[in-house]
Amino acid sequence: MGNWVLPAITFLPLAAAVILMFIPKERVGAIRMLSIVLSLIPLGISIWLWAACSHAGAQFPNGAQFGIDIPWIPALGVGFTMGVDSLSIPLIFLTTLLTTLCLIYSTIIEVRPKEYFWMFLLLETGMVGVFTSLDFILFFVFWELSLVPMYFLIGIWGGPRREYAAIKFFLYTMIGSMGMLLAILALYFNGGHTFNMLALAKAQPFASASLAGALVFWGLFVGFAIKVPMWPFHTWLPDAHVEAPTAGSVILAGVLLKMGSYGFMRVLMPMMPQQFTAYWKFIAALALIAIIYGAFVAMAQTDLKKLIAYSSVGHMGFVTLGCAMAANLKAPEVSRVMALNGAQMQAFSHGLITSALFFLVGVVYERAHTRDLAAFGGLGARVPVYAGMLAFCSFASLGLPGMTGFIAELSVLTGTYGISPLFAGLALIGIVVTAAYMLWMIQRVLFGKLNPKYEKMPDADAREIISIAPLMALMLFFGIIPGPIMNFFNTASKAMLGLLK
Amino acid sequence: MAIHSVGYAIPVTWFLTVGAMLFCIGLFGMMVRRSAIGMLLSIELLLNAANINLVAFGSYLKIPVIAGQIFTVFVITLAAAEAAVGLAIVINIYRNEQHIDADKISAMKL
Amino acid sequence: MIEYAWLIPVLPVIAFALIIAFGRKLHGEGASVAIGGMLASLVISFTIAAQWFLGGASKLHDGLYSVVIPWMPVAGKTIDMGFSVDALTIVMLIVVTVVASMIMIYSIGYMHGDKRYPRYFAYLSLFSAAMLALVVANNILLMFMSWELVGLTSYLLIGFWFEKPSAMRACKKAFLVTRVGDVGFLAGMILLYLQTGSMNLFGEAGVFEHLNEIQGFVHVGPWMIPLIALAGLLLFCGAVGKSAQFPLHVWLPDAMEGPTPVSALIHAATMVAAGVYLIARMYPVFLADTSHIALNVVAYTGAFTALFAASIGIAQNDIKRILAYSTVSQLGYMVMALGVFGYAAAMFHLMTHAFFKAQLFLGSGSVIHGTGTQDIREMGGLRKKMPWTYWTFLISTLSLCGIPFVTAGGWSKEEILTVAFFTNKPVFIAAVIGAFTTAFYMFRLVYKTFHGEPRNHEIHVHESPKVMLVPMVVLATLAVVAGYVGTPFANGFEHNLAPVLGEHYEKALKTALESSGFHAGFHWNIFWIGTLAALSGIGLATIIWLKPILKIEKLEPAFGWLAKIVENKYYIDEIYQATIIRALMLAAAMYWFDKWVIDYCIVNGVGYLSLILAQIWGWFDNNIIDGLVNLSGWMTGFGGRVLRQFQTGVSQQYIFLMVVALVLMSIVFLVGHLSEVKWVIGFFQQ
Repeated sequence: MGNWVLPAITFLPLAAAVILMFIPKERVGAIRMLSIVLSLIPLGISIWLWAACSHAGAQFPNGAQFGIDIPWIPALGVGFTMGVDSLSIPLIFLTTLLTTLCLIYSTIIEVRPKEYFWMFLLLETGMVGVFTSLDFILFFVFWELSLVPMYFLIGIWGGPRREYAAIKFFLYTMIGSMGMLLAILALYFNGGHTFNMLALAKAQPFASASLAGALVFWGLFVGFAIKVPMWPFHTWLPDAHVEAPTAGSVILAGVLLKMGSYGFMRVLMPMMPQQFTAYWKFIAALALIAIIYGAFVAMAQTDLKKLIAYSSVGHMGFVTLGCAMAANLKAPEVSRVMALNGAQMQAFSHGLITSALFFLVGVVYERAHTRDLAAFGGLGARVPVYAGMLAFCSFASLGLPGMTGFIAELSVLTGTYGISPLFAGLALIGIVVTAAYMLWMIQRVLFGKLNPKYEKMPDADAREIISIAPLMALMLFFGIIPGPIMNFFNTASKAMLGLLK
Repeated sequence: MAIHSVGYAIPVTWFLTVGAMLFCIGLFGMMVRRSAIGMLLSIELLLNAANINLVAFGSYLKIPVIAGQIFTVFVITLAAAEAAVGLAIVINIYRNEQHIDADKISAMKL
Repeated sequence: MIEYAWLIPVLPVIAFALIIAFGRKLHGEGASVAIGGMLASLVISFTIAAQWFLGGASKLHDGLYSVVIPWMPVAGKTIDMGFSVDALTIVMLIVVTVVASMIMIYSIGYMHGDKRYPRYFAYLSLFSAAMLALVVANNILLMFMSWELVGLTSYLLIGFWFEKPSAMRACKKAFLVTRVGDVGFLAGMILLYLQTGSMNLFGEAGVFEHLNEIQGFVHVGPWMIPLIALAGLLLFCGAVGKSAQFPLHVWLPDAMEGPTPVSALIHAATMVAAGVYLIARMYPVFLADTSHIALNVVAYTGAFTALFAASIGIAQNDIKRILAYSTVSQLGYMVMALGVFGYAAAMFHLMTHAFFKAQLFLGSGSVIHGTGTQDIREMGGLRKKMPWTYWTFLISTLSLCGIPFVTAGGWSKEEILTVAFFTNKPVFIAAVIGAFTTAFYMFRLVYKTFHGEPRNHEIHVHESPKVMLVPMVVLATLAVVAGYVGTPFANGFEHNLAPVLGEHYEKALKTALESSGFHAGFHWNIFWIGTLAALSGIGLATIIWLKPILKIEKLEPAFGWLAKIVENKYYIDEIYQATIIRALMLAAAMYWFDKWVIDYCIVNGVGYLSLILAQIWGWFDNNIIDGLVNLSGWMTGFGGRVLRQFQTGVSQQYIFLMVVALVLMSIVFLVGHLSEVKWVIGFFQQ
């Protein structure tokens, strides 16, 4: 049978959504309270998982912890298989944490709050499900499931061009998913008529390089790459982020992007290492373009939210760079592990930092109703708490030591340097440009003369501080003491690269 | 088997001819008469023509039961019933249309 | 007490946290907490110094006390963190704690009444913490992390008065320019880590033990240089950024936008010294490079910077800018000294420079506080109105000019000149010219500010309060006294410092020095050359500005264009600005590319293509496939319309049709059953 923890953490938000349906839509306070309280339960479970996970225990692809495996559609070889290991637990924690914080932040929503919270809880189920599934069909179901609420969140509660952004996001991702589905089916047919990820990782159906293997790899890769987002599949991101409501952007940047990188690490690395090795240079080059290009384009932005969206592209470029470097089978082991550690750390760190930044953008947007960088100025004098938070998070984003971003980038760079100094050197350009645009952004928003329009701007209130403070605390804590979380990543990296026996 | 005028002086064909002539007159009348009552009278002719045929064959053919005559009685009864119903319909039509010109009654047209 | 060396950086961090949290509610609005933390660190530092040098602790720990704890797991090994104490650390600890404490006390007066007073002290504490962490670190990664934090606090402090646009531009410039250097440091750090397998400096598994293993060459452009030299050069990049060497010196003059005590602490005494400290700490890397490529680059960069900055300083009119360029120049001296194997000389100069330069800045702050202006053309005759300021300023200036026997600066400059004389003659000549130039422009500053008649009578001048004067006096005293630990006659400084490098590298250093003919001690020829250079500089300045015998205006036509270039800092800033503008244009271009080519053309293009395809498909579906369906419907209707004709509702026509049908059926029947018909006809024929 198995452990019921994972289905619990996956479906509790769905259950909460169902309970929510019974509350009349006028009782807005009750809706908000209930959603927040119910979302704390998966958060608690994820913290328990964090503590209870054993680094010496089973790791994918040799097994998984807290697993559950129930035959679901035996005729098709589909099973309801869930399991976690050191790779997914930090991501699950991130998901549940961010959802709770988003719900706390979203208590400001006035338009159709009941549907909004309902969508969010449904989204949480989808996201957690992706991270816990060990069966491809289940994985795919949850993957697609997370698209629909996001579409509605952008399309109903978004900005002026929300319909365009929502459809673009949905269609773009769905096209990738179609390729993914075909690839999954190919894996099914060649891997022994099973959709179970563990079995397929052991079977490695496309171990000998062939056209079919390459096609399957690229099908899966493009599906994940669109989500990450990798250059050149990134153009849905700026629109989606800019038009989405604040909490929508947060969860999009914080978790949905990680689903792509999770796909690289969970699916592609253990199951198709030969193909990944064959194309590692090309993928690393794409990642490098994302880093440098993303940084430069961010610098050219005048909309604060778009700037942070492009910074996401750049940061996720580091994740992909780490993965690509680690995929190189001929590289020294230490470098590969470091690069992959860095990639996971960057994914986690980016989830904290960019989410905090989007929250902060939301704070200022609520007050000024504009995101135009030229319209701000001198806010540092008027709203010191907010200014402190924005400065803190911006420095975290540019990789200041003492915060998680630095650890992540350092690990990726060290790993990359050991494999290809050229790539590392080029990535350093991205670091300098990132510092440039972040500082410029802080300057335009916080420094200078106070724009008379904002004489009366209120400082960040309790709701906003509560949403952002935990993220800041985590950034700082894991930046100073990375040991606990790096243990997870280290174990996961070794497992993924097949170094754990 | 031969149905000659065995035992009878008149050949059966004479009866059949009369019947046929009456049938044709009745048929023609049905098709041509404008008055609905005229059509009913023609229908009587048709039925009686059939009766003659039945009776003729009934007596000329040596069959144990007098099927022909019995059938004729049925037909006469039916004719009577049908005439009654037909007259009732005609009266209704007259009440509605103030005439019983069959050419002009086409309410059942598709 | 040595075991508690880790407290030294931690106490100011606690002070920082307390001030951020409680701000004005604290005693002295936060100043007391900051100073308290700093003084505590100072006491610990001095105790450790006493134990080390006087109490024999150095013998006990064999010259190095190092503690390491595991920090981050990496593929089976770990990257560690830790702290260490050796003679180099102690020198830096003393410098940083003394200067920082003095400046904090001074700031009580200078920043009095500022609306963000507590925040200022919080940042100062954080800076001190980062700087102290940098010097006690025994691990390159921790050094890098503190290095960046030092940069962060510098950013916050330069941009302290952020309503001023010039301040915000300056702090951004500082951070970015140093960041360029920092990525070089990062690359060097990673290189060393990958080659030696550790981030720890000391110990069996440490970097220094394994430097010999770094073999191999690498292509840098058209040259082939040893890998170890590359490591040294990359580390030097960090120093070039932080210590404002050419070409990354541009941030330092602009950093003067910050409050003057900040300039004193960060941009004169400590943060800029971090680069020098880095090279000193990582000296084994430079010594291990037997081709001496890295050291040569270091030496020439330092020498060039020393001259370059001094030349710009001549033409400046802002009192802080003059001091800033002087700082750049002096840092050039230190870097240059390191490049010519003057390890102890460089550190000695770092120490003396910290004291007198900090004092000079505090003095300038006093002048600014007293007169309200920073332009020396507005000043004059302050000697009588601000005596304390004048005398401390003069002492420190003499120290800067390197007047021997009476000032500490004299001794340290002497050391540098001595080493350079033997090891690298061109550098020596540069140093001498630099000494001349330094004396020249510094005394220009002194004469224009303090002597003569007041040029601007509007300014009401007053001496500064005691809380500002006391630190100035302390530092001025140190500017004289601190030199006696390192005189050529009894160089205690060098004696204690040399063992820091470890046996192997100490020997390497000695060998390198001896092979160039160096022998320590007092050399009359070098002494005279150096002193004469300084005195002639002072003399020239005197005859131009004090007793105007030589009128510069006469030289104007001939040298006017040169003055213009120098005055505009050789247009380097403009070059950088143009580069930045190019970078911004590139950024905008890439955004345009992303928005229009990738997004609009390709993505939306795909979208439009699909729409067109959809239209075609739709037409096809609508007209052809649907058309077939419609056709079947129409045909049914047609058939119905036709057949309907039979239902006229006229009963006689129905009868007619029946008859017709009957006749037809009869004919068909008869034709089909012709044989029976024949029989029937036969029957009727009888």
